[in-house]
Amino acid sequence: MTTPKHVQQLDRVVIRFAGDSGDGMQLTGDRFTSETAQLGNDISTLPNFPAEIRAPAGTLPGVSSFQVAFADYDILTPGDAPNVLVAMNPAALKANLAELRKGATIIVNTDEFSKRNLQKVGYETNPLEDDSLAGYDVHQVGLTSMTVGALEGHPVSKKDAERAKNMFALGLLSWLYSRPYESTMTFLERKFAARPELVAANKAAFSAGWSFGETTEGFAVRYEVAPAHMRPGNYRNITGNTALALGLVAAGVRSKLPVFLGAYPITPASDILHELSKHKKLGVTTVQAEDEIAAIGVALGAAYGGALGVTTTSGPGVALKGETISLAVALELPLVIVDVQRAGPSTGLPTKTEQADLNMALFGRHGEAPVAIVAPQSPADCFYAALEACRIAITYRTPVILLSDGYVANGSEPWLLPEVSDLPDLQTTFAEGPNGEDGKFYPYLRDPQTLARPWAVPGVAGLEHRIGGLEKADKTGDISYDPANHDFMVRTRAARIEAIDVPDIEVEDPSETANVLVLGWGSTYGPIGAAARALRQRGLNVAQAHLRHLNPLPKNLGEVLKSYDKVVIPEMNLGQLAHVIRARYLIDVVAYNQVRGMPFTSSQLESMLEEVIKNA
Amino acid sequence: MPSTPLQLTAKDFKSDQEVRWCPGCGDYSILASMQRFLPELGIPREKIVFISGIGCSSRFPYYLNTYGMHSIHGRAPAIATGLSVSRPDLQTWVITGDGDALSIGGNHLIHALRRNVNLKILLFNNKIYGLTKGQYSPTSEVGKITKSTPSGSADYPFNPISLALGAEASFVARTIDSDNKHLTSVLRAAAEHQGSAFVEIYQNCNIFNDNAFEVLKDNETRDNYLIRLEHGEPLKFGKDSQFSVTHPAGSFGLTVEESPTAEALVHDAHQEDPAYAFALSRLAGPDLRYTPIGIFRSITRPSYDEIVRGQVARAKEKAAGNSPEADLTALLNSGDTWTIL
Repeated sequence: MTTPKHVQQLDRVVIRFAGDSGDGMQLTGDRFTSETAQLGNDISTLPNFPAEIRAPAGTLPGVSSFQVAFADYDILTPGDAPNVLVAMNPAALKANLAELRKGATIIVNTDEFSKRNLQKVGYETNPLEDDSLAGYDVHQVGLTSMTVGALEGHPVSKKDAERAKNMFALGLLSWLYSRPYESTMTFLERKFAARPELVAANKAAFSAGWSFGETTEGFAVRYEVAPAHMRPGNYRNITGNTALALGLVAAGVRSKLPVFLGAYPITPASDILHELSKHKKLGVTTVQAEDEIAAIGVALGAAYGGALGVTTTSGPGVALKGETISLAVALELPLVIVDVQRAGPSTGLPTKTEQADLNMALFGRHGEAPVAIVAPQSPADCFYAALEACRIAITYRTPVILLSDGYVANGSEPWLLPEVSDLPDLQTTFAEGPNGEDGKFYPYLRDPQTLARPWAVPGVAGLEHRIGGLEKADKTGDISYDPANHDFMVRTRAARIEAIDVPDIEVEDPSETANVLVLGWGSTYGPIGAAARALRQRGLNVAQAHLRHLNPLPKNLGEVLKSYDKVVIPEMNLGQLAHVIRARYLIDVVAYNQVRGMPFTSSQLESMLEEVIKNA
Repeated sequence: MPSTPLQLTAKDFKSDQEVRWCPGCGDYSILASMQRFLPELGIPREKIVFISGIGCSSRFPYYLNTYGMHSIHGRAPAIATGLSVSRPDLQTWVITGDGDALSIGGNHLIHALRRNVNLKILLFNNKIYGLTKGQYSPTSEVGKITKSTPSGSADYPFNPISLALGAEASFVARTIDSDNKHLTSVLRAAAEHQGSAFVEIYQNCNIFNDNAFEVLKDNETRDNYLIRLEHGEPLKFGKDSQFSVTHPAGSFGLTVEESPTAEALVHDAHQEDPAYAFALSRLAGPDLRYTPIGIFRSITRPSYDEIVRGQVARAKEKAAGNSPEADLTALLNSGDTWTIL
């Protein structure tokens, strides 16, 4: 499929596919991403969809979109404003237009611009016919009718033919950006393996879209984005939830412990349950429990028996699990609690992102019940963050909360695949015999280094003992109401979390002269990094540091923060980390907060930081 | 049952902890029966685990020299599920009470039963809240006057046997704290059952609800009040065997006829259809007259543990020969991958 058209080189493109919930936009975006990955571009994606499975067709609440940024250099975010919007209906156009800059390309499916559909979203006149799209490069394409036309003669229903319009759109965009399409052909063969007529129809729709781009005069220019300079190795594109699940599987292999997941389905964490349920041959057991409380209960029961117990959920689930997390604190057993944060309170915005569970992770339990907290900073980093959470849980015999969020969970990026042998060795030992100098077994006698107690799983003769939620006497673990013992045990449980070995925080400041430090945690890494990079390109100095460990905090953090005139903390909450930093280090940080259910854009952080730098 | 010639005695199952129930509590006799019964299993102590929730009954694990966990209110069946599924080499018991199992933990109980998790669940029913000092429980009778219900409780009670049968339990039995022989026979049957074994134990709380089951214990009344269920035996009872459990034509339920000539039903605990066992569970009135004890239902159904472990085992078999590291490498490298040189 060669073309005589003019080819233009670009360094970075942001495309947003938008349509009705039933239009297959997530799949289209996924395919385009996969084709793009094959080409060697760096990629970052942002799916955005409603909580309803099929909101009323053609309405604004029903719009689902998928944004993909790709470039010939390493990128940190899925981009602020799309260069190209594919709008499958008037609702998709209306919902997304405000985010486009003038000059952006809009490809609209004119077949859906009926009077009725326009009215549904409040368009009084057809935006394709008035001048409301002046200044944009609008391409009016009858995506549905051309797809149906192209599939004439195919033994498929009219409905199935219409449904293939997303493949027509994908074909067109694949042509426009010179993407390799073999992986999509293979994908279609797999997806519709049981229905060969649909394989043929969808392939034909894709080809028709490609050929349309090639032949129509509407697209005079075709684009290319050269491969990025990435580290050599094998890559795959991965979402945060999949990476997190694989990280847990890897932790099972590297610890030689069977992974035991208890979970109750909840958006946006369910995909981790789905993924883990596929990996039984690697010894993973999954239990879909009757509720969130049972889900952590089975995980804790399995941990008591010597498994790597994990539960996965989102904020509302963590709230329900609080009492069991406290029990795990008292029992001092390894347990990993994954919280894929979503916008709250209550049901909130289940498919939208937020970082507002930090307070709950830190403080959301009765009594003094500290746990370790780890947060991933990007989709692929979820793999390593999961391994780190498991390392802490296993080594220190403690519950660990892994704070992911909807943005990293559903977003994707290329992942340089690691060698299994390079992953951390997480092997541990169970108690095998008495540990006391008197030849007795003491379930709460601690390792002097880690302050961890023995992991004494049932089945070992001579170590029979009882544990529970009642306060335990130091060393013996017997029930104790002694005031001094309680004071000692509370302080010891706090000390063992503080004693966890976490790496020092590193600061990125190429100038080494910045007065302003921007501190983030979790998924804000991308937008903060992109903003810092943009500022430096403009000659403004800013230092960036990012927290992976929220509890305990890195030992050098206070010292690092105090060496800057200003510390700025952007968070997708109302200042939860800022609060902790102020309280702990007595530093009056600048809190920059947003709770819109969407990640920060790098441009908004850039202008905010510019203000702070100028006034510093 | 393993045939290891273990020479354990009741004493071997006593822990070094001081028992802290109120003097005269029915829990003492249940504990003593359990300690006497456990050696009979021939299972080493380290392979037995007791998991409890919260309440008077849930202190039980502290007093047994096995592995044990005193967990949190109502959650013992969930925690025990995780242990049982991941550790088939252990025998896992759940100790719970009427508040723990039927009020705060009702959801976990019914789901453990429907899944048929390989747990022996002993529900000590004293029809009152003991550890919180005397409020009514979900098995207290309507109108119960307690500290929290000075005008009488408005709640209609659960019938734990009916509830367990409704939850698809594969083994359902009832016994009484003070009847060591009967209690032991039920424990024995529960221990042998593969899957969830649910045992309701009528237990006297002599502080807050004394003599709640006295008519079932008193020599004068008990023979005319109790129906002892024996599989394959006719359901005849009474001092002079004057009562028969019969199935009146056209009725969905069972009834008790006082007639020497009545044709008593023969007890069949193995009926697949739970309707018969359910009808038995409805025989007793509020005055406890005609209370069946023994095994209501005992059927064979694959346990949740077996099914879940079977899936993992078959998946592993298919991968036989590969090291976990090789399987993990293949998994990480699956999907659309590409190479940068």
